[in-house]
Amino acid sequence: MTEEMVHPFAKYLREAMMPHIWCPGCGNGIILNCFVQAIDELQTDLDKVVVVSGIGCIGRTAGYVNTNSFHTTHGRPIAFATGVKLANPELEVVIISGDGDLFAIGGNHFIHAARRNIGIKVICANNFNYGMTGGQQGPTTPLEALTTTSPYGNIEHPFNLVHLAAASGATYVARWTALHVRRLTQSIKKLLQKEGFGFIEVVSPCPEIFGRYNKMRTGLEMMEWFKRASMVENFSDPVKAEITPEKIVVGEFVDIEKPSYERLLHEKIAQINEKALKEMSQHAI
Amino acid sequence: MTKKGIVLEGAHFMNGDVACAEGAITASCRFFAGYPITPATEIAEHLAKRMPEIGGIYIQMEDEIASMAAVIGASYAGLKAMTATSGPGFSLMQENIGLAVMTEAPCVIVDVMRGGPSTGQPTLPGQQDVMQAKWGSHGDYEIVALAPSSVQEMFDLTIEAFNLSETYRVPTILLVDEVVAHMWEKVVIPPVEKIKIVNRNKPNVPPEKYIPFMPGDDLVPPMACFGEGYGFHATGLTHDEHGYPQTSSSEVQQKLVKRLCDKIRLNADKIIRVEEVMLKDAEVAVVAYGIVARAALSAVRKAREKGIKAGLLRLITLWPFPEKQVSKIAKQSKTIVVPEMNCGQLVREVERSAKETPVVFISKLGEEPHTPMEILEAVRRNS
Repeated sequence: MTEEMVHPFAKYLREAMMPHIWCPGCGNGIILNCFVQAIDELQTDLDKVVVVSGIGCIGRTAGYVNTNSFHTTHGRPIAFATGVKLANPELEVVIISGDGDLFAIGGNHFIHAARRNIGIKVICANNFNYGMTGGQQGPTTPLEALTTTSPYGNIEHPFNLVHLAAASGATYVARWTALHVRRLTQSIKKLLQKEGFGFIEVVSPCPEIFGRYNKMRTGLEMMEWFKRASMVENFSDPVKAEITPEKIVVGEFVDIEKPSYERLLHEKIAQINEKALKEMSQHAI
Repeated sequence: MTKKGIVLEGAHFMNGDVACAEGAITASCRFFAGYPITPATEIAEHLAKRMPEIGGIYIQMEDEIASMAAVIGASYAGLKAMTATSGPGFSLMQENIGLAVMTEAPCVIVDVMRGGPSTGQPTLPGQQDVMQAKWGSHGDYEIVALAPSSVQEMFDLTIEAFNLSETYRVPTILLVDEVVAHMWEKVVIPPVEKIKIVNRNKPNVPPEKYIPFMPGDDLVPPMACFGEGYGFHATGLTHDEHGYPQTSSSEVQQKLVKRLCDKIRLNADKIIRVEEVMLKDAEVAVVAYGIVARAALSAVRKAREKGIKAGLLRLITLWPFPEKQVSKIAKQSKTIVVPEMNCGQLVREVERSAKETPVVFISKLGEEPHTPMEILEAVRRNS
């Protein structure tokens, strides 16, 4: 009799949703693995976790994790998650979505959630393009990169996501690549334990859709770029945290304490509620 | 705080927007997300003050897209949730109204209509969003829309909107005329125990047996919420009963979309409300809704004084459209008169239901609502 082998993380995944849709060499599986590893190490109560994703390849993550999960319209996971977190602050609300979803169509929601410092945690897979729709240029596409909609080389300046997050008020900001598996896992653990709005950018390989136009046809070639170019510069100025063919600045950039929106809100509600109660009982007399 | 303390029982003098906000509170709404816009802002302002007093949440979002998304999130986290807006914001909400339809999130959307298109006339009334309320988001679906005619109805129908929304797990829209929103009138709030409040059906099976989108006999699936131990998935993609995406199955698409439509269509008799005035022997019937119905009522009474057999069918429910009620009056009247503050929207539905009976449309744009005399004149000419 052979015993059935069960993966130690099987309980975190919905088997019915497998096989996943991701291409060979994609970094999304690594990000999912690091996330699952983090909640496993933290012994997080899965009933209290809500994973929210938008549209895009990594947007399918919400369906794959065996938690409460919601797959929103394109660009809206942060706005949806805001409602969830305020309605039930005990829930650990994590957004796992892509650069196009979070920073092009959903950019407005990102900066405002960070400004409010609402306690939702955002993990962004930055693969430099719109993978699911076939590789169009997006808000993080590097200058001169070739995509299906920048066939002569991209002339738009890409967002520096860690700078944007820091400037918008996030209490925790980090960037890793899909190569930094251990650091990313530790970083996600830290992210989940922070109060307020936290953000991790994961530079992720997309060889099938992005790499093929940019002289990196395999996942390995993209990972070699990450290995060659990555420089860990913890708590360096996020303004200077560039992503170029020569250099990818990774590390933690922001780790500060600030009361979360939901804490301030619920404290205020409790205060006003109590006052209203008092006034009512006085009227009753 | 006791329910008694929360609900402002008794007689009040208030405006329509405030009555709507108090109706929401009475219906146990505890989450409001919105964005300032004339002429719906007073709803947000009133709830910004009132919600914390009763332990509820008010948040001003960055836009109406986010407001609607946050409302769905709060609904999935277990609260009754609403937003309020006007035409331009209603347009932005359409995307996530579709998401609420697809994920069957109970929620209420108040659209205080103003003149459009685009920025239009922010402070003037219009009934130009009637078709948008039904067809504004892409794809095939059914929603519920109610049209209050008075400040009292702003209160009553807001509660009704929540009840319908919770019963059928469908976004329910309160389509309000600017005049009704800003008008001050007497509102009587009955004792709480006399007010019917409906809450969504919860699953009565253990989590391992819960199938999140498996409908009951009424075609509505019981709803678990995040954090209750049911750990399920919901998506805007076409999905099976388990909530899992099935994007290339025609069978799943047909089953899902048909059920989303049928849960409203097949329950239409339970949902639809109209008011019939002097219709029994009416030869000319006026079909109207919102503030215009009040001018129409006055016109019908004046017509009767002049010996004209006129009657009024006031539509309280606009969607699903009261087809049966309109076709019934079409069979007995010579003419149907439809006054609307637009270029002809709900009149198309009236024509469709009236079949052979001629329908006369009176348009009004960019000014105050129809006067009773204007409607009376149309009734007289067609009697």
